Amino acid sequence: MSVRRVAENQPDDFSFTKENISWAKKQIAKYPKGRQASAIIPLLWQAQKQAGGWLPEPAIRYVAEFLDMPNMRAMEVATFYTMFNLEPVGEHFVQLCGTTPCWLRGADTLKDVCRKVIGEQNTVTDDGKLSWLEVECLGACVNAPMVQINDDFYEDLTAEWFEKILLDLKRGENVPSGPQTSRKASEPEGGRTVLKSIEGDA
Amino acid sequence: MLQDSDRIFKNIYGPDGADLASAKKRGDWDNTKGLLAKGRDWVIEEVKASGLRGRGGAGFPTGLKWSFMPKENDGRPHYLVVNADESEPGTCKDRDIMRHEPHKLLEGCLLAGFAMGAHACYIYVRGEFIREREALQRAVDEAYDAGLLGKNACGSDWDYDIYVHHGAGAYICGEETALIESLEGKKGQPRLKPPFPANVGLYGCPTTVNNVESIAVAPTICRRGASWFSGLGREGNTGTKLFCISGHVNKPCNVEEEMGIPLKELLEKHAGGVRGGWDNLLAVIPGGSSVPMLPKEICDTVLMDFDSLKEVQSGLGTAAVIVMDKSTDLVKAIARISHFYKHESCGQCTPCREGTGWMWRVMERIAKGQAKPQEIDTLLQVTKQIEGHTICALGDAAAWPIQGLFRHFRPEIEARLNGHASQEAAE
Repeated sequence: MSVRRVAENQPDDFSFTKENISWAKKQIAKYPKGRQASAIIPLLWQAQKQAGGWLPEPAIRYVAEFLDMPNMRAMEVATFYTMFNLEPVGEHFVQLCGTTPCWLRGADTLKDVCRKVIGEQNTVTDDGKLSWLEVECLGACVNAPMVQINDDFYEDLTAEWFEKILLDLKRGENVPSGPQTSRKASEPEGGRTVLKSIEGDA
Repeated sequence: MLQDSDRIFKNIYGPDGADLASAKKRGDWDNTKGLLAKGRDWVIEEVKASGLRGRGGAGFPTGLKWSFMPKENDGRPHYLVVNADESEPGTCKDRDIMRHEPHKLLEGCLLAGFAMGAHACYIYVRGEFIREREALQRAVDEAYDAGLLGKNACGSDWDYDIYVHHGAGAYICGEETALIESLEGKKGQPRLKPPFPANVGLYGCPTTVNNVESIAVAPTICRRGASWFSGLGREGNTGTKLFCISGHVNKPCNVEEEMGIPLKELLEKHAGGVRGGWDNLLAVIPGGSSVPMLPKEICDTVLMDFDSLKEVQSGLGTAAVIVMDKSTDLVKAIARISHFYKHESCGQCTPCREGTGWMWRVMERIAKGQAKPQEIDTLLQVTKQIEGHTICALGDAAAWPIQGLFRHFRPEIEARLNGHASQEAAE
């Protein structure tokens, strides 16, 4: 378990934008009548997106009310699931996988890059651009080491290349996601050993 | 080696397009109506006869699991829930199915759901897989537009809805009852069994939870026949399997191979071999972080299937092969896994909540050489006190990697601790 608490400084209130309200209603419609609580994770996630990458306490209360459930239940969910950031994060939020498959392939050197370019974990750079957190296995182990930055995976990293990515993002440049070598998806470097006849244009 | 024609996931690497038209060219959704017309019992019998065992880790026979669902509907809806909360360290196969072969999964959902009398299916995708979730949703939308899902799915007179749901970063939600709790909008804390989900599952209704890969292979099994699938692999360990090869190999990759392939052949044929050659191998974790590691002597000959790996006191798990060469500090590697379990324990059962933290701290002490050799016995005793004393298997999963480490490498670790101790004494 990890101890997770809401941030000290909180905005006064929160409410969904008009678009998010209609989006949320569509989500709730996926579940049987009276089971609207099922939509809490998607709704909190959308609230986090709207709030700029973190989940303020008033947003948790707002979602609880939206779903007609006790505030405490929503608070439990927000503090249990680690993708809910209870404190502000950088515009580009780096989740660095440090679990064994990535560690074996040099995740520690990526951590050093983060400390050098960004600083300690959970601190946002002065320009608000970057922050980072070591997380547990992100499920791209054959493309290790890797990080997730906001919604995208950056795979097959080296320390040098990762530093370049962070600096590019800081400058506001667009960085393509996925494997950072010539490799495609999860196939072996240098070409497939099987399914060689399957050629596509994608 | 498995022939390409016997590979189920032809587009696992993605060059061929994940869209419906490309999927249809690969044979997906081909006369699904005809398969459904054979009836639910036929589908279950076919999957049973194929020998398919669950691909999510436990290896329970899939057809048998489906047959546990009530035959008659007592007024409560039945649900199929697909476990796409892929988080076992080392595992990244369901990700490729969702982003490159989503229609295999969706067609499998329809067949499996139909076989268990369900009209609704939820696919629970791990929160971090945002792009994969989007890819899956695109495929769902395409299938609805083409009349393959929804009212009268595939013209079969069976109404079927699939909903894509997601989590938000909790390994424990890969445990089926925790996943159900999470899907109901609560913390993902496992439920006591019985009652089993087949009787009381999602919203108190009969529910079956299956792994992505188990469901995605079902259409091909029904189409090509149970005997084709059971003709691959070994008895009790049939069919093909997606292997994820990570760690110290020259070319880490995912690959679909026949069950029972020798580990050495798997690594050398598909992953470019162990870094520095086979003799540079130290140990392999053969089935995701939860299973005990194997030293090189066992890796030389072991076959990759459920029963062969069980015989050597490990397991196939999710078939995520984590390779460690001689440069690896195994204590550190396992200490990092211990940290994983400490972080992911849901906190419900005391032995796990307290024990995972305790084991991690001792592992860190051993890694730094601060522990006394006799502490190893205490540590192993604690692993035994956690194992089997918790509601779900996370406690076991946290204990096994440590037990595996000391089963095979205790003398080396003791020598290392003694070395530290005598060094300190000399100072």
